[in-house]
Amino acid sequence: MIEEQTTIAVEKDTLLGAVADFYSQGYRLVQICCTALGDVIEINYSFDRDYRFTNLRLTVRPGEEVQSVSIIYWCAFAYENEMKELFGVNIRNIAVDYRGHFYRTAVPTPFVASRKDAGKPADTD
Amino acid sequence: MAQRNIIPFGPQHPVLPEPIHLDLVTEDETVVEAVPSIGFVHRGLEKLVEKKDYQDFVYVAERICGICSFMHGMTYCQAVEEIMGIAVPPRALYLRTVWAELSRVHSHLMWLGLAADAFGFESLFMNCWRLREGVLDIIEATTGGRVIFGSCKIGGVRRDIDDDTMKGIVEKLQAMATEIKRSTDVFLDDYSVQHRLKDVGVIDGEEARRLGTVGPVLRASGIAMDARKIGYAAYRDLKFEPVVEKAGDCYARCRVRVREIFQSIDLIAQAARKMPPGETALKVTGAPEGEFFSRVEQPRGEVIYYVKANGTKNLQRFRVRTPTFANLPAMVRMLKGAGLADVPNIILTVDPCISCIER
Repeated sequence: MIEEQTTIAVEKDTLLGAVADFYSQGYRLVQICCTALGDVIEINYSFDRDYRFTNLRLTVRPGEEVQSVSIIYWCAFAYENEMKELFGVNIRNIAVDYRGHFYRTAVPTPFVASRKDAGKPADTD
Repeated sequence: MAQRNIIPFGPQHPVLPEPIHLDLVTEDETVVEAVPSIGFVHRGLEKLVEKKDYQDFVYVAERICGICSFMHGMTYCQAVEEIMGIAVPPRALYLRTVWAELSRVHSHLMWLGLAADAFGFESLFMNCWRLREGVLDIIEATTGGRVIFGSCKIGGVRRDIDDDTMKGIVEKLQAMATEIKRSTDVFLDDYSVQHRLKDVGVIDGEEARRLGTVGPVLRASGIAMDARKIGYAAYRDLKFEPVVEKAGDCYARCRVRVREIFQSIDLIAQAARKMPPGETALKVTGAPEGEFFSRVEQPRGEVIYYVKANGTKNLQRFRVRTPTFANLPAMVRMLKGAGLADVPNIILTVDPCISCIER
């Protein structure tokens, strides 16, 4: 095992408080990412301090409203715009909101739109 | 009263061969706001994982970037190996370390050349790229490729480097170090270079950390964060400390990269001395089930690979957070208050890799 990684489950109403705790303890926001799992989307907020890696995990439905953490970690705006455009997570109050113009994708919210295609061989193979 | 204008920077610009666009809001010659725009050549490689066999996907991961291709492949392999509980042979871990450090040396030499070109020092640019060729020759001799190495696979590496060749590589690099120093001394001592880079694009350590900055940009602001200290590959057996500078300006970022070139040469020499004998790969069967965030220190900083698998040949999720993506907010902050003429230098000292961002 290269490193221990802790994952803590959070709810929508406790997310901002938990993120603020990490901020006050001097953690760095490492990344935020989404995973589409059937009908739900799993969001991982990853933090690091002194090479200790911790995740906050929130599960939401596509289109569900989630408060932006960019009020605490300003740099979260890039990740949150990405989540909004690729997964359709409805992030509210992003510090710098690109309103759907962060990426240029042919299909809106591609990761949520075509989960039914998963597992089929690529046409280019 | 100062006149307010919006000046478009990119997506095609002489100092940046890759497409990124910035709207620079200026008051006279001072930038008061910068709004980045990416996604011009987004490739959707993260999505492709749903249709590729997880073992074949190493080839795709390596093609995310042409500069740190090996490290992309290595980070991906590391994530899958962690999920599957594969104990990679120690010799393979050392070989990965050698190739990773060779990637860092060639990346930093390439960056130094581009930086020299940006501030108008053409002979220095050509000299840095000439030196980089020597490193690429080593990479080609040991992997068969100059850009895409193709030497990393899940469970180990595809090629070995015999002890005599390894000894020759260390000798060549040590000879090159003298030559590299002659060029890097210019970066660190030349008046005109200092004039363009000192006190320009300053970001202090606390702010850099809060903005999620990584790599040489963060270390140039006095924060000793280097993902190699986690101890992946053979780094736990090697002696090194993160290269740190305090000033947080363009010059400090340049200094960090210069010092890291010599640190990498030393790490390769250490790895060559300690490299254990034995096999270089394990046969991997089955399919992964679980998840892992793999972290590797690329030349531009910490890269994160999130891999989630459900026991089938196709991964559920593959996510790459590249160092340039993490450094975007810091770049925006650095540009605020900068002179318009300094914008190219500031952007360049972040060493942005748009190919990585557009994964």
